[in-house]
Amino acid sequence: MAKRAAPEVNAGSMADIAFLLLIFFLVTTTIEKDSGINRKLPPIDDSEQDVIIKQKNIFTVLLNKNDQLLVEDENMELKDLRAAAVEFLDNNGDGSCSFCQGKKNSSSSDNPTKAIISLANDRETSYSAYISVQNELVAAYNVLRNRLALQLGPKKGFPGMDFVQMQENYKSVQWPGNKDKLKAVIDQIKELIPQKLSEVQ
Amino acid sequence: MSKFKKKKDGGLAPINTASLPDIVFMLLFFFMVATVMREDTLMIKNALPLANQIEKLDKKNPVSYIYIGRPSDNYKKFGTAARIQLNDKFADVSEVAAFIGAERAALREELIPFLTVSLKVDKDANMGIVGDVKQELRKVNALKINYTTGSGDALNN
Repeated sequence: MAKRAAPEVNAGSMADIAFLLLIFFLVTTTIEKDSGINRKLPPIDDSEQDVIIKQKNIFTVLLNKNDQLLVEDENMELKDLRAAAVEFLDNNGDGSCSFCQGKKNSSSSDNPTKAIISLANDRETSYSAYISVQNELVAAYNVLRNRLALQLGPKKGFPGMDFVQMQENYKSVQWPGNKDKLKAVIDQIKELIPQKLSEVQ
Repeated sequence: MSKFKKKKDGGLAPINTASLPDIVFMLLFFFMVATVMREDTLMIKNALPLANQIEKLDKKNPVSYIYIGRPSDNYKKFGTAARIQLNDKFADVSEVAAFIGAERAALREELIPFLTVSLKVDKDANMGIVGDVKQELRKVNALKINYTTGSGDALNN
């Protein structure tokens, strides 16, 4: 008996159906942006206790309504802010910081644990300028933390890993290393270079 | 007769479109995997600024979204100043506290301290309204916030 070929199914409309589904998904879904700068707001504290901070330990950043920067009473461009903040944090005025490489300028900050960056903005400041400044200040901390991580890491068994990478690895599920040990290193770095960024209301 | 019939050559041979559905399905699956369903219908302009020192929002913990921006073209009647949008509708600064309360009520008790508030603020908005929202969040003790941004060079904002 002759073998009869199975009749061919007309699949011409399959593409249309698939297009229909595709367009449905294009319209109803979004590619979500789910990353950003994490911050912690200060709690409202009623007890008015004034902590006395030496003026030289404060790095003031002002952002006016025209998005112009005033850093330590001098005009500054945004691109120079990161370097200026690094220099301030890394200054090591009292010589108590073993990993700092700063100039030990006596009129600048004592050490990274005492240094505070204070950020003030106007009501009319644009949000994008504010985020840029925040980003640069966080970057300044990250520069120092990365440097310290590269120094400390090899001693603790995490060579060639900077701070940002350490944090990524700590959060990553796929990273095979010892997370408890890594957490200890991260905490140590955070303690040596705390992120002290205060915002003036 | 048939001798004189012009031989039909049928023009061009039909193009085989059998792989077209496969290609479209490929695109479809990409979009299904890479995107999420829209949670809120945005009534405001919401172009986020760029930053490069960013961390991923931890999805293990609960996240609430507050959108701020100026009303989009369809909602011009609400003015041109930046406004707050909570859950599909415009809101006043004073409603932020109630919103956080509602978000917390929907959570399991042990997760409440981990609630992160993601601020999705349009880059053209000004800091006044953002500052007001931050102050409200402080009042209700919702202190973990995230300025959600796109990734890119912050100097180009």
